[in-house]
Order: sequence, then structure tokens, then C-alpha cells
Amino acid sequence: KVTGVGVGVGVNASHPLTLEELNVVEQVRVKVNDAESTVAVEFTPTIPHCSMATLIGLSIKVKLIRSLPERFKVDVHITPGTHASEHAVNKQLADKERVAAALENSHLLEVVNQCLSARS
Amino acid sequence: MPAGDPSRAGLCHRPPSFWVCSGCISCSSVPAHKRPFGFPSWLARSCLENTDPRTRGRGIQLLSQVLLQCYSLLQEKEVLHLVLFYENRLQDHHLVIPSVLQGLRALSMCEVLAPGLAVSVLKAIFQEVHVQSLLQLDRHTVYSIITNFMGTREEELKSLGADFTFGFIQVMDGEKDPRNLLVAFQIVRDLIVKNYALGPFVEELFEVTSCYFPIDFTPPPNDPHGIQREDLILSLRAVLASTPQFAEFLLPLLIEKMDSDLQSAKLDSLQTLAACCAIYRQKELQEFLPSLWSSLRREVFQTASEKVEAECLAALHALSACLSRSVLSSDTEDLLDSFLSSVLQDCRHHLCEPDMKLVWPSAKLLQAAAGASLRTCHRITRSVVPLLLEQYTKHPQSSQRRTILEMLLGFLELQQKWGHVEEDESALLSLRAPVCSVVFSAMTDPSVQLQLVGIRVLTVLGSLQGFLSPPDLELVVDHLLRLILHEEDSQSSEAAMEAAGSLAPIYPQIFSGRMVPRLGEELQSEREEEGSRAPRSLQQRCLQALAAVSTHTSIVRETIPVLLQHLRRVQKGSEAGNAQDVVSVCQSLHRVALQCQQDAESCWYYHQTVVPCLLAMAVQAAMQESTHPLQGKALLEEEALAAMVPVISAASTHLSPELAAQSVSHVVPLFLDGEVSFLPQNSFPCSFQPFEGGERLEAQRRLVALLMAFVCSLPRNVVIPQQERLLRELLALSCSCNCPFTATTAAKCFAGLVNKHPAGQQLDEILQLAVNRMEPGLAEGPHRTQALTLLLWVTKALVLRYHPLSSRLTDKLLGLLGDAELGPVAADGFSLLMADSPDVLHKGCHADVRIMFRQRFFTDNVPKLVQGFHGAGPDVKANYLKGLSHVLNHLPKPVLVTELPTLLPYKARVIRALAKPLDDKKRLVRKEAVAARGEWFLLGSPGR
Repeated sequence: KVTGVGVGVGVNASHPLTLEELNVVEQVRVKVNDAESTVAVEFTPTIPHCSMATLIGLSIKVKLIRSLPERFKVDVHITPGTHASEHAVNKQLADKERVAAALENSHLLEVVNQCLSARS
Repeated sequence: MPAGDPSRAGLCHRPPSFWVCSGCISCSSVPAHKRPFGFPSWLARSCLENTDPRTRGRGIQLLSQVLLQCYSLLQEKEVLHLVLFYENRLQDHHLVIPSVLQGLRALSMCEVLAPGLAVSVLKAIFQEVHVQSLLQLDRHTVYSIITNFMGTREEELKSLGADFTFGFIQVMDGEKDPRNLLVAFQIVRDLIVKNYALGPFVEELFEVTSCYFPIDFTPPPNDPHGIQREDLILSLRAVLASTPQFAEFLLPLLIEKMDSDLQSAKLDSLQTLAACCAIYRQKELQEFLPSLWSSLRREVFQTASEKVEAECLAALHALSACLSRSVLSSDTEDLLDSFLSSVLQDCRHHLCEPDMKLVWPSAKLLQAAAGASLRTCHRITRSVVPLLLEQYTKHPQSSQRRTILEMLLGFLELQQKWGHVEEDESALLSLRAPVCSVVFSAMTDPSVQLQLVGIRVLTVLGSLQGFLSPPDLELVVDHLLRLILHEEDSQSSEAAMEAAGSLAPIYPQIFSGRMVPRLGEELQSEREEEGSRAPRSLQQRCLQALAAVSTHTSIVRETIPVLLQHLRRVQKGSEAGNAQDVVSVCQSLHRVALQCQQDAESCWYYHQTVVPCLLAMAVQAAMQESTHPLQGKALLEEEALAAMVPVISAASTHLSPELAAQSVSHVVPLFLDGEVSFLPQNSFPCSFQPFEGGERLEAQRRLVALLMAFVCSLPRNVVIPQQERLLRELLALSCSCNCPFTATTAAKCFAGLVNKHPAGQQLDEILQLAVNRMEPGLAEGPHRTQALTLLLWVTKALVLRYHPLSSRLTDKLLGLLGDAELGPVAADGFSLLMADSPDVLHKGCHADVRIMFRQRFFTDNVPKLVQGFHGAGPDVKANYLKGLSHVLNHLPKPVLVTELPTLLPYKARVIRALAKPLDDKKRLVRKEAVAARGEWFLLGSPGR
């Protein structure tokens, strides 16, 4: 039912491709269970040392939280084996309080918002 | 009362005389070197002589603070005593020193300081104070004292010789605070720039400053001092690059830091090197050139960072410029020559491998060096251009050829910088034939990309005066013509047109003699074989090319007749789609008009030739229409007339007032009285009466569009003859005409004139007249829409110039939002009020447009729109919202952002409310909800 929600997140203005165009996010790596109200997104950083991995994950998460009904539990993590700091990034993204704290930081929020509005 | 109380000492009331001792007995008991002249003895005894250093310190602090307030009132003798006292106190307990320094700082600002005292103070400080063990503020005080003395006692300080420099080196050695460093660097720079003696201490001075290089400083968060890393970098660079004397120490340091892993260190080194090159000579560089070159080359070849590459190229450019500048004596080696030899040796062979990755870095290095001076340019071009020509022939693939040609382009563009080729000792001239043959081969290659580079090279070659010979030029024109007319790819043909446009002013004769006639023939020949019509695109290209090449006044005189001739032929033709042909010619005419605007002579020629001709053709067509109404006339169709408007407008906006007056004295009588005598071919079957009534004259009335284009584009100071009569006629036409095009045009023309009309009784009368006609028209009758259009345009004209009547008219418009029939049109009218209009009422046609009119309109009318919305019935509510959204849409973003907080209280509520439809069962609803909710999250948030 909700698979129509595209993850239209741009990474930066000088590189104006969406994550879908960069194959960072692919439809096969998105699992939606409407009955159990869960959404799981695996994303694949472009290179194993991609310094933007956390920001990308955070942007995806924020976009989903804003776009999905509240009943959904959103899980965003790195495709296994595709990033050097996979575990650390996943832990950060799974930690509700850290995500909330990150969005309190106006600088970080600015960057995330830029990602989310790049193409709209 | 405590001993230090200033009121007791009478500080408030008796400044300078306070220092003169009133003769109390106890004064004599304090030795003179321990107390200042006239210092009240009770205070002296209680504080300055106190055995407790803290109390002593407080006494001196009080004295210093007083001095800081009133140093300008002191007299020379007083200053002398105070200086002696303070110098002596420098030997006191360390707790006292900060206050002593404050006092000395106050004294260092005294204008009456006797000669010799500045040196004496500095010597005392250098000798007695270990500056770096003081606190930041106290160290800063020392720097301030030195800065003050350097500003006012330069000669005196210089008498100290290198001792002063040495003293200062000891003062700043070990300084760590960025605030102090900024001052200290400034002092060092002044030492060097103002030629203080450095003596044997050059290396020490270098060490004490270069130890900070490269600057690594991140300001603490929320730093109140606001010192940025960049401030320190620039002020240290100003020191390091201030003298060639540092070169032998600095250059090895820079070479070492270029090798650093830190990109910031690399960049800083490169920028510092470039700065040094501005003052260095061959002598300083000689020893280091090989290592400098190898570091620069390594960075450009290896780096992935554009920034590093750019800075390397800038440094190489500066280095080459520096070597070029040096004057050679006959017995020294020419370093420039050997330096360029090594650059060529290391880069040249890479140019032969257009597929390899070092080809562009090498080309960029060579170009950076070649761009430094005429000499470097010659030296490198002489070596590289023949090589590239040879490589072009060796590599048959068009992608490789393109790379080679692009490199060649870069080198030729550098030639452009140095002007005439004749002075070029024929280095390039001798290559004319092979260069031309390469360029022509590229232009005939099937690859569009190669063609495009070829065209760019050709443009550069053409701008090198004297390079292309007359036979070459004929070939150039032929190649361009071929691309323009027959190349399938529109990119190439457009590039060829632009190239023709930029070469035409350099070689006007060959373009007017060879290109224009050919284009004219093509246009015509196509017409003659009517049966097998060539594609319309060919005709289109001829028209575009004629416009593009009209960049010189002599060419304009050739192309305009061709274009007008073509327009006449189109007008006579009877095929469908004629109006589109008229539009095409008009687009070309418009471009020529814009190109003529800056040249008064071309501008007047254009106006005189084109405007009467267009008017004559239109009038002729309109009369034929009146007599034979069934013959459709392309020229009279709305889109054709609309295309003629910008042509006439662009031909009129830049006229001088005298010429405009001359022209307006013909055009206005044409429309008011049918005065056709100034038109070419003016024998018409009947009279021209566009403002007369009658069905048969409908076609004539449409020509008001041309009147509008002319009369609304004139400079504001041009007097329009019979303006009142003209305005009345336009007013009548706009309210009564059944044809929407004509009515709207008349309304726009009226508005355009009213906007520029000087304020006063006349204007008020004509506006009253307009209101009187509009009001009944709006109320009822067959012409309600026309009346609304007039209201909109007149309101716009007045809103733009802040006319007092504008608010009344706007209110009328707001009222109409509630009208069931006119409401939606009135709502869209707000867009018309706020947007820039393309043909009238904009700055380009000299309209009176106040810069803040949109803000003002917003402030005045948004509350009314909101109020109207709340009070409106359900069927017309949407009109108010639409009006509001038009106003908001055109508001400058900064204004909108400041107004947004008034909307933000609803943000949280809206976001909450939008959560529900996210889960709606209809997909479309979910989609819109996601989009809207996302937007609301971003509203007023950072990063938007």
C-alpha cells in the first residue's frame, strides 16, 4: 500500500542526483509490511568509506517519518557489507534519542532539509 | 574614607592641575624617582610606597587609569616625570607590572613625549620585562605600546638600529594567543615594509614568525573575538611574503609543506608562494626552481582536488611571471628559458597521448606558464602549437582530435591576451596554413562535438588581428554558411551563427559582401520554387543568421532591407501558417533591434527604416481587409501583431529625445488623423481611421497594438502631441470595443501613458474620466469584462507609481472578488498587478516603477483580502484565496520569509492534521498529503 512513497532525497546541489538515481536506495531493498506496520530500508553507500553515510541514513529516516502514518515503525540501515563503519552507523540510526537530538541541532537539521528539498 | 577613593583625591574636578603639588610638607619625604611629579603625597605614601606589592599595584593602577583618561592633557614636563617614574617601576614586583604597562601605554599615546623617551621606554621594557610570562592582556599592552611608538616615532626608533628588531623578536618569541599574534604580525610587517634595520637578525625574525606556518587554528565555538583562521593566514602571509630577504629560508619551508598530507597546508603554501613571486627576483628563486617545479608538477599530476590544482596553476603562473619580469644582465643565465625548458620537457610528451589521463594536467600546466607573459607565451606556443597540429593529423579518431583541438584552443586564447599577431615574430603566423587546415577539417568532420570546438577555435583565430588572410576569410565565411544552412545538427548551426556574429564586427566587409547576399538568395530562391518548398527550417535558419550577423552598423544596413523585403513577400503570400512566418521575421528583426540599441547611429537608422515600414504594411493590410474582408491577412492576426510589438518597442526605447520627438510627431497624427504621408508607398485605397466606429474598421482598430508599442516605449521626457485627445480615444475604444484583443490593447496603451503622465490637474481629470467610464461599465451591460480589464491595467499603472488613486481602484477590484460573474477574472487580475508585464509598464520602456511597490501592495491589501475571505459567501471564497496566492507568489522571497512567522503558529497544527490523510485509503490523497506535509515541515525551517 505505501510502496508508492518514493525516497526522493538529493545528496547535494553540486551532485543533483537522487538516491534512487545513484542506486543508493533500490526498491528491492525496501520491505513494507502494512499489516504489521513496519518499513525497513536498506541503503548502499556509493563507496565503502562514504563520509555521508550517516547523513544519508538520517535523511532517509526523516523523510520516512514525515511521509508515513504514525503507526509505522521505520528501520533504516546499511546494506550488509557495503560500508566500513556499517555497525556504528546502524547503531546511530536505530537510536531514537540520538536521531531526535540530531534534529534538534539546527545545523544538522539545515543539512537534512536541504537534502529533502533539493529536488522539490 | 578609604585611601584610594577618587572623590577624596578630587579627580573629578581638578584634572591637570591635580598634578601640581600644592606644596604639602610630606612631599619631600618621598624620593622623586618613586613618585610622579606632583602626585599627592598622602596617596604616594599610602599606596605607592606601601610595602605590600598588592597595595602598591592598586595605587599604580589608579594612576594609570587616570592617565588613560587624560593623557592628551599632559604637558611635556609632566610626561617626562611620569615616564621616569614608570620606567623605574618596571623593576618592581611582578604583581605591579600590569598596571605599570597600562600607564606606559597611556604615555605612549602622548603627543608631547620628548625625543628620546620612546627609545628609553622600549629599552626599559626589553630589559626589565619578560613579556611571554605575562597574561594575554598584558602582552597585548606591550604590543600596543610598540605599535603606538612605531606610528608616531618612526625615526627615533630607527636610531636604535637592529636592537629594536632584536628586542621585538624577544618580546614575541613564544606568543600563542591569536589576538596578540594578529598585532605582532602587523608589527613585523611594518618593521620590514618601513625599512627598519634587521641587521643580523633576518633569520631570527623569520624563525619567530614562520614557526606559525602553516596556520592551524580553529576558533572556539561562540568565540566573542571573531578571529577567523583566514585572518591569521592572511596576516602571517603578509609577513612572510613581505621581503626577498626571507626567500632562502621560506622557499624550502614552502616546498616541504606542499608535500604535506594536509590540504590546507598545501593550499596555504601555494598561495604564499604566489604572493612571494610578486616581489621576488630571479636571484631568490634560482636555487629552488627545480624543486618548486617538481612539487608543482607532482601536485597537478596527482591531486584529485580542483582547488589544489587551481592553486598550483596560479603559483606556476606567478612563478613564470616573476621570472619574466626580471631584467637580465648579459652574463647571467636566462632562468626563464631554462625553467620553461624543463616545463616543456616534462609536459610536452603527454600532449601526444590524448587518451591518457595526464594530457589535461600537462596542457593546463603549460597554459598556466604561457599565460604569464608575452615571452612565456611565445616560447611555449612556438613549441606546443606545431606539436598539436602534428598530433591532430596523427590521430584520426574524432574524440582524440577533439581533445587536441581543445588544447590548441586554450593556447590560442592565451595569444588573444597579448593582442596583435604582427608583433609575434611570426611564430604563429608561420603556422597559419596548417592551423587553418586543421580548423577547417574539424568543421567538416561528421562529429558535432568536433565541429563545435572547431568553431570556437575559428572565433579565436578571427579575433587575432592580422592572422587570417583575405582568402582564409572567404573560406571561413563559406564554412560558416555551410554549417548555418546545411548542417543537420542545430547546435552546430547555432554556434556557427554566433561565431559569425562575433567575427562580423571585425571583418564587416567580407560578411556584408559575402554572407548577407548568400543568405538573402537562399531566402528568396526558396520562395520561387513554390511547388517544392524547402523545409521551413532552412528559411528559419536564414532569418536567424541574418539577425546574428547584424553586429556592425554597415551590416545592419544590408540585413534590414533583406528582412523587410522578406516580410513583404510573406505578407503577399496566401498560404496557411503565414502568421508564423511573420512571427519568425519579427523575431529576427527584434534581435537586430536589441543589437542596435547601444549604437546611436544604428539605432536611428533602424528606427527610421523599420518602424514606418511595419506601420505601412500593417495599414495597407488593414485597408485591404476593410475593402475585401474575406482575404485573410497574416499580418493582422493577433500573434503577428503581438510579434511586431517588441520590434517597434525595442526600436524606440533607446532613441534620443530629439529623434523620438521627431518620430512621435508622425506616428500620433497617423492614428488620430489618418496622416499617412510619412509612410513609404503611401497611396492607400481609403483613409485610416482606427478610432472611428463601424464594423468594417475592426482591422484598423487592431493596429492600436503598434501605436502602443511605440508610444509606451518612449523616454518619459518626450512630449506626446495631442496626448489628451489620444487618451480619450483610447479610453473610449477600451470600454466599447467588442474584440477583446483590441480592447485590452487600448487599455494597456492608456495605462502605459497614464503611468508616465506628469502628476497634476490634467492627470487627475483624465483619471476621473476613466473612473466615470469604468464604473457604469462594471456595474452592468455588455462590456463588463472590458471595463474590468481597463480597471486592472489602470490600477497597475497607478500602483507602480504610488499614485494616491491606486488604493481606491484596488478597493474596487477587491470588491469585485465577490462578484459571481467577474470574481474569478478579478482574482487572476492580482497576478497581472504583481507580475512584470512584457510589453508595457516595465523599467525597460521607461515606466515609473517604484522599487518597493510589491511590498507596499502586500502590506496594504493582504489584510483586506483575508478579511474579505472571512466575510465572503462559500461560492466566491476561492476568489479571495486565489488573489492572495498571486500576491504571495510574486512577493520577493526575503519579504515573504519575514512575513512567514505570521503563518508559523499554524505549522504544528497543520503537520498534525496532515498526519491523518497519510493513511487515507485513496492513493492520490496519500500522495498529496505526503507532498504537502513535507513542504510544511520545511516551512520556516533552516536549510530551505
